[in-house]
Amino acid sequence: MGKLKMITRGIIQENPTFVLILGMCPTLGTTISAINGMGMGLATTFVLILSNMVVSLIAGWIPSKVRIPSYIVVIASLVTILQLLMQVFVPSLYETLGLFIPLIVVNCIVLGRAEAFANRNTVLNSACDGIGTGLGFTLSLTVLGLVREVLGSGSAFGWKFLEGDGILAFVLAPGAFIALGYLMVLYNKFVKSKIQ
Amino acid sequence: MAKVSSFRNMVLCLFLICFVCSGLLAVVNALTQEPIAAVNLAKTNQSIAAVLPAFDNEPSQDQFDVMVGSDAIAVYPASLQGNLVGYAIKTFSNKGFGGRITLMVGFLPDGTIYNTSVVSHGETPGLGDKMDASKSNFSEQFKGVHPANFRLAVKKDGGDIDAITASTITSRAFADALKRAYEAYQLIEKTNEEEL
Repeated sequence: MGKLKMITRGIIQENPTFVLILGMCPTLGTTISAINGMGMGLATTFVLILSNMVVSLIAGWIPSKVRIPSYIVVIASLVTILQLLMQVFVPSLYETLGLFIPLIVVNCIVLGRAEAFANRNTVLNSACDGIGTGLGFTLSLTVLGLVREVLGSGSAFGWKFLEGDGILAFVLAPGAFIALGYLMVLYNKFVKSKIQ
Repeated sequence: MAKVSSFRNMVLCLFLICFVCSGLLAVVNALTQEPIAAVNLAKTNQSIAAVLPAFDNEPSQDQFDVMVGSDAIAVYPASLQGNLVGYAIKTFSNKGFGGRITLMVGFLPDGTIYNTSVVSHGETPGLGDKMDASKSNFSEQFKGVHPANFRLAVKKDGGDIDAITASTITSRAFADALKRAYEAYQLIEKTNEEEL
């Protein structure tokens, strides 16, 4: 499998949000606006690429019975580093995402890729897989955030094109479920059916 | 993962991973500690400047605490050429819809509220977050009022505050935080009078 295909696989065939349906907690919780969704996606991508690389590097000498705790320690350390860096460089984004940043530790996508891919592949391939899966997650969250922002607050990427409020339900939790459901339907209809 | 798990290699492996990770975290923490403190200080200074008329001292250096009930409330006195121009009081309320709300309230020396700004909150986007001055004109009504002749409660509760539509709980919490700030101001005044 080529490197490019490894990247596009994470974005299309195995899109973490629309196909694997993993990491639903941040997906539903942070996509109030397109910017928030993108920030969350990129934060997860950062952790995913590095954790994939570290795991594939150390997987060779970890006894299989303690592999999950080892991966979790690696992932948790990377998330803490990310948290500290975000506080310095993007404090306002850090504040809006709040609790969802430390929760990347328990994100199924990150541990899932470590366990299902990185521990039996080379460092470079694992990095490609991390980039692909991360970008897939980022794209899905941005699209979902954009839909909710347009319908819910009448703006796109913070640029307001409609005076007053939008459909409030889309800003709140029910809107997240509704928008995600319809996006999944559209994804299955137009993208998934084509590649099979 | 080729290795057979034995008690010795499992302990050794976990010890090594934890050792390396904690060392790495210590380094990153040491590097980011100062920038994070600087970012937080800049944020505090910014919200002080937003709620008080022009001043030329460093209010965050003259900060002192006032005990309101059992809570320590931070007070930042501001002065221009040695004359007191007001107090910025960092107040809070735990009655918010999404937990604690932190506000910065600027009082002129005579007790008039100069301006207010929201430091942090967890209110619902599109509803409660309208208390933020950038989202609606809710906070405008507190500019230039004196709490002695402006009852700090929403109209529904017999006060003078126009609540945010559909966010009475948030408005009540805002009023609660302002009340706490005013109590802190009154305590400062009392101490000042005793000293004279």
